[in-house]
Amino acid sequence: MSLPESAQVALVAFNECRGWEQRARLLMQWGDQLPPLSEAERCDANRVIGCESQVWLVAERQGEHWQLRASSDARLLRGLLALLLARVNGLCADALTQVDVPDWFTQLGLARHLSPSRSNGLQAVLARLHTLLSDTHQG
Amino acid sequence: MPLTSPWRADFPGILALAAEGQTYLDSAATAQKPQAMLDALLGYYASGAANVHRAQHVPGERATRAFEATREKVARWLNAANAEQIIFTRSATEAFNLLAYGLEQQFQPGDEIVISSLEHHANLLPWQQLAQRRQLKLVVLPLDAYGLIDLSQAAQLIGPRTRLLAISQLSNVLGSWQPLRPLMALAQAQGALTVVDGSQGVVHGRQDVQALGCDFYVCSSHKLYGPDGVGLLYGRPQALEQLSHWQFGGEMLQDTDYHNARFRPAPLGFEAGTPPIASVIALGASLDYLSSLDASAVSAHEEALHRELITGLQQRQGLRLLGAPTVALASFVIEGVHPADLAHLLSEQGIAVRAGHHCAMPLLHGLGLSGAVRVSLGLYNEGADLRHFFDALDQALELLQ
Repeated sequence: MSLPESAQVALVAFNECRGWEQRARLLMQWGDQLPPLSEAERCDANRVIGCESQVWLVAERQGEHWQLRASSDARLLRGLLALLLARVNGLCADALTQVDVPDWFTQLGLARHLSPSRSNGLQAVLARLHTLLSDTHQG
Repeated sequence: MPLTSPWRADFPGILALAAEGQTYLDSAATAQKPQAMLDALLGYYASGAANVHRAQHVPGERATRAFEATREKVARWLNAANAEQIIFTRSATEAFNLLAYGLEQQFQPGDEIVISSLEHHANLLPWQQLAQRRQLKLVVLPLDAYGLIDLSQAAQLIGPRTRLLAISQLSNVLGSWQPLRPLMALAQAQGALTVVDGSQGVVHGRQDVQALGCDFYVCSSHKLYGPDGVGLLYGRPQALEQLSHWQFGGEMLQDTDYHNARFRPAPLGFEAGTPPIASVIALGASLDYLSSLDASAVSAHEEALHRELITGLQQRQGLRLLGAPTVALASFVIEGVHPADLAHLLSEQGIAVRAGHHCAMPLLHGLGLSGAVRVSLGLYNEGADLRHFFDALDQALELLQ
């Protein structure tokens, strides 16, 4: 499966990182580029439960394709969200459910952030994403 | 001179983590274990496991003897008058639930349960849910500016309808000893039962439940350098008599037919099912180890470490301490920095500290915070651990600010 263009850019950039500091800086840069959500979109209905940081996820279907937007009040988590969206945005529902997200973060050298520890935000975001997708399938 | 811990080498876990590049500063969540405990755990299984309080055979007798010896050691550690006053549970959380269910019949609608606003969820939710089941009022004591339970407000709030007071001895977020005695005196003057959450307090200095005068004292093994899966509940004899049985099953009964049963008194009547035998036995080894240490040297070391921690934190710009920590731990936030970001960058650098709400959500919300970072100390930590932490903190802040 070929990677979306922005995912390819991310992969090259993160693989060139030397050490945790560079990786953290890059992660924050990606987070800063994430388009902000409006006040109205940062509502309880869009909030991802289970994160100790605040995270909001908005999923919109455009024809066969999904467009996801997300934000968080924590900068590094915002970066992780940006990388997730870079990988999955624009895919059709079937392709989206087949994305191996843990593998994606492993390729980026960020596998640790998908740890099953309950305080981790990214796991909760993925769970929410799956719920949103399966709800829509059934609906 | 840098602070070193003479006991560090007794803890293989802290050495292994250090060899892996991990600086462990999360002992308030769970502590590393002494070699003596690991030996006891392996020794029990390796020399032949057996169930307790059931069989007549030699292995069963040996296991029961070792299991009951820990009850004696716990009683001595807490200065309980009698080992029969110590109930083994599966966690401190279970001990609180035992109390909330076991005392349920003692409450009438409209009665009041008093807790404080700094309680861990384990000493909040069992009472909150009991209050909902029995139409009781849950009264929450506020804190003063230093993070101590406000005594003058407590004097107003503890009243004739107060039937039970349940408070923490040492907050897992604020790191300060709470004014237990005056609070308990207020409750006792109303004839209320008193429950002390000693989960953190029991780890830092010897506690004397008889001198304290509480009805119940709760703590856990795993924070006290023992194995997990064991909680401890001490009760005064008159208080234990008020408990109704709550979990039913093997070994907690005197006799039964298909339709009716009679139950044993405490402690066995409250230990239904096979207990965590190996863990209880190994806790005994931890207590033997701790008893062999020079208690005043341990306290002096912990105090010196804590001073160094607080001094270092106060030197960082924009750092706000939660409360006025005096022992064991310190929680903080930094202006303009999200605690999750700080935790992320500290863990990237091999610093194991806790970030988040510390199982005290209402307390953090009350302070206007969604989270905080907590550094907590064990007797095996030393000056070098704090140096690693402060170096990592400075690096993280440089990146974030």
